[in-house]
Amino acid sequence: MDIAWDAFTPWSALAGGLLIGLAAALFVLLNGRIAGISGILGGLLTPVRGDLLWRIAFLAGMVGAPAVWVLFSGMPEVTIDAGYPALIVAGLLVGVGTRYGSGCTSGHGVCGLSRLSVRSLVATVSFMGAGFVTVYVVRHLLGV
Amino acid sequence: MVRYTLASALAGLVFGLGLIISGMANPAKVLGFLDLAGLWDPSLAFVMGGAILVGLFAFTVAKRRTLSFLGFAMKLPTNTTVDRRLVIGSLMFGVGWGIAGFCPGPALVALGAGYTKAAVFAIAMVAGMVLFELIERRRATS
Repeated sequence: MDIAWDAFTPWSALAGGLLIGLAAALFVLLNGRIAGISGILGGLLTPVRGDLLWRIAFLAGMVGAPAVWVLFSGMPEVTIDAGYPALIVAGLLVGVGTRYGSGCTSGHGVCGLSRLSVRSLVATVSFMGAGFVTVYVVRHLLGV
Repeated sequence: MVRYTLASALAGLVFGLGLIISGMANPAKVLGFLDLAGLWDPSLAFVMGGAILVGLFAFTVAKRRTLSFLGFAMKLPTNTTVDRRLVIGSLMFGVGWGIAGFCPGPALVALGAGYTKAAVFAIAMVAGMVLFELIERRRATS
């Protein structure tokens, strides 16, 4: 295995990870909820009275994060290589898959593993495994 | 209710800032982690490690409580069954993640940073979630 030493950013990755953990901690300790993005977003689609505002607030905080970040520093590089058809297929798969599997990288990966949930461990191994295989197929077999 | 909403916004904001600092709002970096056979970028593992390090403490405290520190009910998941839905759904998600390098959180942050491609991905993702609800509804009535 070859490490991409030029791209590898251990310190900012760790710092960002600690912040993500802090966000999940704040959310569960203050509001008693799991910071799972797909679940928070998906819950907006079957609206229940009194259950909407906090979801919108959480998502607005996320979408608004770049606007807050640029007050202090420049926005880091974002490179989206996938073309539009690929983005649409990927988006549909992520949408259906995260709802069917009850979670994504945040709900299962961060919160679930922190709760020592076997269910979330199985989910995380499944989506990471599928991600590894997909990138292998796309980049090394299909050569896209 | 105001405190509940503000705490939600704060958690979302801190989460988003974490994604920006960690580099995970950048699909190219996520794909660099998923590409084991190419030049591998281990950064994502450090992000998960850092997040879980804090999360372990928080959830250890949370599990022992019935009310949150603001006095709201603890709503921790109670389902412990590992079933086909969990595995098949997660596999589907992983394939989509591997194609674009976006999972839900980073897509929303990149959308907020003004990237059209992130918006297209996010719209397709919401469409996928709507599709899921329609399938579930159909199943419930049949």
